[in-house]
Amino acid sequence: MAAIDNLMNLAAEAESALDANVAEVDRILHICNACRYCETFCAVFPAMTRRLDFNVADAHYLANLCHNCSACLYACQYAAPHEFGVNVPKTLAQVRRDTYVEYAFPRVLGMLYRRNGLTVAMAVSLGVAAFLIGTILLKGSVFVHGLEGEFYAIFPHNLLAVLFGSAFGFSILALSIGVARFWREVSEPGKPVPLPNALGEATRSVLTLKYLDGGHGDGCNNEDDAFTLWRRRFHHFTFYGFMLCFASTSLATLYHYLFAVEAPYPYLSLPVLLGTAGGIGLLIGPVGLFWLNLRRNPLQIDEAQRSMDRGFIALLFFVSLTGLALLVWRESAAMPLLLAVHLGFVMGFFLTLPYGKFAHGIFRCAALLKYAIEKRRPNPVQAGSE
Amino acid sequence: MKIVIDVLVIGGGNAALCAALMAREAGASVLMLEASPKAWRGGNSQHTRNLRCMHDAPQDVLVEAYPEEEYWQDLLKVTGGETSEHLARLVIRASSNCRDWMRRHGVRFQPPLSGALHVARTNAFFMGGGKALVNAYYRSAEALGVKVRYDTPVAEILLDQDRFVGVVTEAGETIKARAGVLAAGGFESNREWLREAWGRNDRGEWPADNFLIRGTRFNQGVLLKFMMNAGADTIGDPSQGHCVAIDARAPLYDGGICTRIDCVSLGVVVNRDGERFYDEGEDFWPKRYAIWGRLVAQQPDQIGYSIIDRKVVGRFMPPVFPGVTADSLPELALKLGLPADAFMHTLNRYNNACQPGSFNHTILDDCRTEGLAPAKTHWALPIDTPPFYGYALRPGITFTYLSLKVDDTAAVRFADKPSPNLFVAGEMMAGNVLGKGYTAGVGMSIGTAFGRIAGTQAAAAALGTANPRTV
Repeated sequence: MAAIDNLMNLAAEAESALDANVAEVDRILHICNACRYCETFCAVFPAMTRRLDFNVADAHYLANLCHNCSACLYACQYAAPHEFGVNVPKTLAQVRRDTYVEYAFPRVLGMLYRRNGLTVAMAVSLGVAAFLIGTILLKGSVFVHGLEGEFYAIFPHNLLAVLFGSAFGFSILALSIGVARFWREVSEPGKPVPLPNALGEATRSVLTLKYLDGGHGDGCNNEDDAFTLWRRRFHHFTFYGFMLCFASTSLATLYHYLFAVEAPYPYLSLPVLLGTAGGIGLLIGPVGLFWLNLRRNPLQIDEAQRSMDRGFIALLFFVSLTGLALLVWRESAAMPLLLAVHLGFVMGFFLTLPYGKFAHGIFRCAALLKYAIEKRRPNPVQAGSE
Repeated sequence: MKIVIDVLVIGGGNAALCAALMAREAGASVLMLEASPKAWRGGNSQHTRNLRCMHDAPQDVLVEAYPEEEYWQDLLKVTGGETSEHLARLVIRASSNCRDWMRRHGVRFQPPLSGALHVARTNAFFMGGGKALVNAYYRSAEALGVKVRYDTPVAEILLDQDRFVGVVTEAGETIKARAGVLAAGGFESNREWLREAWGRNDRGEWPADNFLIRGTRFNQGVLLKFMMNAGADTIGDPSQGHCVAIDARAPLYDGGICTRIDCVSLGVVVNRDGERFYDEGEDFWPKRYAIWGRLVAQQPDQIGYSIIDRKVVGRFMPPVFPGVTADSLPELALKLGLPADAFMHTLNRYNNACQPGSFNHTILDDCRTEGLAPAKTHWALPIDTPPFYGYALRPGITFTYLSLKVDDTAAVRFADKPSPNLFVAGEMMAGNVLGKGYTAGVGMSIGTAFGRIAGTQAAAAALGTANPRTV
């Protein structure tokens, strides 16, 4: 009963935080809408000019359109110590955290993660790793010589496929349910627009991280009003590193099922090359992002989201590190142990994927697509034509 | 005391920064004294948004052309001749070629903001507005080795006849330098001085007591007054300045751009007695807002009320505060504290005087009144569709024009002779070009042109190099 009460409290807490955060978005954007100096920094402000009031759905939409570049904070004549106390990046970051909870499926897990991203991610990963090590120990020692990289001698392929396939499948399903709800709620009816153009623009914005360039190409802010391109670069390392690893895993699955070629694959095979390149990207990127995160001006961020940010960064880093370690020492006696630890982190990543920072990518893509669509419609507010 | 500073710049806004950067680029060591704490640095420049630029052909964010002659005629028109053609043309020409230099120091430009398309041809907008510009200049200045001290208001200028010797800060510290640049703003934040400048009206009121200050609280005019007392030549009428009608609920200082009320031209404006007093539809609001400050200042209690109905909502830049709303006009009068009978009399007469026409807020349309005084000559739609909205208006002072007199070297003058090493830029001398009236972005054009001149001249004076006559 205590656990249920606790969850109910969490739900009430999330609810009132959301109300307060949405009210703050509405307050601030009324000031921004009357000022508009920041209009060309990013997509948030042009989207704002299409509205006169900002409801919950608008707040979620604009929050996820915001990349937290923070150019608008340092440029703001109404930022503290001004009595208006405008801080768009922080306010939208707070709503973004609400988005991940509000649209999480099931919601209760989102609320748990909201509290303790880093701890939950690490606990799940290490817990799974410990469980796997335990199962190995039941059969004997974790240090086994002479396996020559035969992963499936430790855990049968089909077992892994079922476990990880279902975890990943569930996560994808949970994310899809969330983003579908998000899309439905923030979308407004309007004339159809040429979707391929909008899709093309949104895709470009995603792949180039257009809105981390500050609108002028000098980059975004991290510690102060100076611009840096490093956040964009480290995010590219992370994103493309992840995509290469994803490509590697997908290719390996094809090898396995289509060509009946089983792991371990040679060092110079395509899955290993892709995975290695991606793994290196996933070391450099998260380390860089973590370094920037440590130095980020607290004014720019939602402090409560820090654990979620760092949990995600840490997970990516450890998935990659343990994966590369497994690759290097796959023919040594430590292979079973390394495998168990790596699988633990991969499982931790899969299980927390719909409730953590990973969701930012999905919701941001949806928001960018929505923006690319709505900007192709006439602006319903005709204030700007004098 | 050994003098270690070549150029001392007093002030921390656009003109001061331009002077500091130019002096430093010319090889001088530069110290800037900014009165405000770092968080409030930049004076009124942090509220600006664009630069009025001459250009003979399309130029990055500027469309078409805005030739020198047209710019000059615009300035002549708004100032009613209260200007210096020589200095005005100098500013105009400088505005045509300063932007590459600005960009080198980190300023970025953008196409005009939505709601400001009418100046797409004439004005280059700062990306992120004036505070972004100020930040960029400070970064560049510090990277070049300009020293900046915040929280350092200056109380006195040390002079040896017409020579600048140094300053005494409010904290009592003496700082000497080989040359000085005064760029510390007008006196718009000094309420007592405003009161004195605007005086008492026939109703026995002190109108300036009801003014709001749109910009910084740090422009107290201390050095302007000091220099006047020290015998520096001045120009301009102290009651002249950039004065617009803004939301009466705006903060006393630093309300900036967002406190504007853009629906004036789409409805009617009444005074405290419920009477109209000027043609609200004379021209597009962006071309008229700068006269409405004075218009409201002339009304009893220095207050006006912009009244609109639902029909025009979404047709003007959204105001920062919600309007007072009512389902009937008498109720609106009650809520605004206006005499209901007089108010209804005004509104009924206005509504009956509106002629049929096709309303279009994007052009000077044919909706006007007939047989009404004062007439409303465009966008005159009957105010008859609830809900009705009312916005109280107050005069908002942006900056004052009373200035130190200069020639094209930006030198401070005593008895019509230039000081060898003291220069002035920005609001402290803008009145040489702007005796009255205003046109968007010209304040920054003056500040940039004369800031750069003052910096160059001060460096030359300090380093003993030939005085460059033109920049």
